[in-house]
Amino acid sequence: MSDALPPPPGTWARLRKNPVAMGAMLILAVIVFAAIFGPLLYHVDPHATSRAQYQPPGHAHYFGTDNNGRDSLARILEGARISLLVGFSGAFISLFVGTTYGLVSGYLGGRADNIMMRLVEILYALPRLIILILFTFVFDTHFKIWLAAHGYLSMVGYSKIIILILALGLIEWLTMARIVRGQVLSLKNLQFVTAARALGQSHARIIFRHLLPNIAGIVIVYLTLTIPAVILDESFLSFLGLGVQAPQASWGSLLSDGAQVINPVHSYWWLLLYPALVMSITLLSLNFLGDALRDALDPRARR
Amino acid sequence: MIVVLFCVITLTFVLVQLAPGGPFTRERSIPPTILKELQARYNLDGSLWEQYTTYLGVRKNSRGEYSGLLQGDFQPSLKYRDRTVRELLAQSLPISATLGFAAFLLATTGGVWLGSLAAVRHHSPTDTSAMLAALFLISIPNFVVGPVLIMLLGIKIRLLPVGGWTEWSSLVLPAITLAGPYVAYIARLMRTSMLEVLQQDYVRTARAKGLSEGRVVYQHALKVAILPVVSYLGPLAASLVTGSIVVETIFNIPGAGPFFVNSIQSKDVFLLEGVVIVDCLLLVFFNLVVDIAYTWLDRRIHLE
Repeated sequence: MSDALPPPPGTWARLRKNPVAMGAMLILAVIVFAAIFGPLLYHVDPHATSRAQYQPPGHAHYFGTDNNGRDSLARILEGARISLLVGFSGAFISLFVGTTYGLVSGYLGGRADNIMMRLVEILYALPRLIILILFTFVFDTHFKIWLAAHGYLSMVGYSKIIILILALGLIEWLTMARIVRGQVLSLKNLQFVTAARALGQSHARIIFRHLLPNIAGIVIVYLTLTIPAVILDESFLSFLGLGVQAPQASWGSLLSDGAQVINPVHSYWWLLLYPALVMSITLLSLNFLGDALRDALDPRARR
Repeated sequence: MIVVLFCVITLTFVLVQLAPGGPFTRERSIPPTILKELQARYNLDGSLWEQYTTYLGVRKNSRGEYSGLLQGDFQPSLKYRDRTVRELLAQSLPISATLGFAAFLLATTGGVWLGSLAAVRHHSPTDTSAMLAALFLISIPNFVVGPVLIMLLGIKIRLLPVGGWTEWSSLVLPAITLAGPYVAYIARLMRTSMLEVLQQDYVRTARAKGLSEGRVVYQHALKVAILPVVSYLGPLAASLVTGSIVVETIFNIPGAGPFFVNSIQSKDVFLLEGVVIVDCLLLVFFNLVVDIAYTWLDRRIHLE
């Protein structure tokens, strides 16, 4: 039986009428496409060094070259792959953890709910990025040794990224858990849940068949808002030199390189401008889309 | 709250000490006897448990005395060998705190003002442009804003110093950079709650008895509408602490941020613990103040 409520009627229609949201989606599609297929179409090795150092943008190098004579456009495309990969996977992990935690906490209620939410409060009080930095720093070395010992030598270079994704996902779920719990608390006393319980359905079935579809909307909204947060966190780490390691590039590490060569003597502005533009446009589109989705899902909230 | 602090101290210590390599690892390997000597000198000999308890100050170190956190001893720094963690913190924290406080003031006043303005002029160009600006501020990372500000105001116009910590005006650019995204967050929060409050009956009453619009908004409505902002202040402080690490790096400010990054990279566990403990204490204390302020502002809640 299909007793789950559909999303509010006309959500998609409202979203489609919003030019800002459609523009944001289009831009995101272009950026994701460029990240996936860009390196296949633009045949320049992002790690190939040359003597052409600090070349301004021109015909040979559309976005110029950096201190090692590497092509900036190729580096940005590689950075897009890594930043987006980290952003999306990290956000999905946080989605999974946060939703499960919130669902269970809200559904159980009572003392279990109290304890679980107290834990979330404690985690909120911690300086999260500090813990995150420690976590990635420590487990990266362990993971590298483990990978090497088990014969996955080709994976060693990616260990930092994997650890980053895990750590970011495991740290960004708190808000999601809170929101989901709040929704579940207000939903679980509605009649359709009572009816399902009266029919003798199991807890798991009530949670996954009845509650989950009803909170899907708000969860998707916060997913779109978590992705930019995770991308930002990753770039923050890379900026401090604690994230993605050279010669790999993420937008954060490119920006870090770019910020270092801004000085009064000579300004290699293209090394800062282009990564900053690409990253800001991505984050802006994601935030615009998230806001528009929220408005479309809940027309009352729009004022 | 002491539990939180204790958890953080333990977690930090264990995580750092579990990582391979040590603070004494150099390119050339040190002879084992000297390494042992060094470890004993810095109370880092023995098992992890022994090191940890010695650091806390509940176990005698190799010289047979209690000297750890409980005795107020933060240990010497392992990277900056001839300085103690206490000295380093005493030197750098006031700088970080000044920057943080300036950014905090800027974020709250700016955010509240912008948010209320947008709410009062709802659906007007002011509202739209304020919210658009807020979204931009949230989306552009502060390590982009920082260098751009340096380029424009520091190098091109030479209006303000570009970095370092020499005069009061060198506070301006870092504080703006640090506060930017939080001005935006607070403005958005403030706008939503102000819009809600302006529709309440008591606001209508205030208007009906002929108060000026300014008094209605900034005296009667603001008192209630500001509550969500007050409850955001705790997370705000936490974000400012971590945000200042980046901003201090960009502007070459001799605060605690660079120490934090350095101490992780060189596995200087004592310096790291020092920074983390102080940050955590500040946050815990701040959250307490916010809780009290909240109950004082919102008469509907009573602190148990």
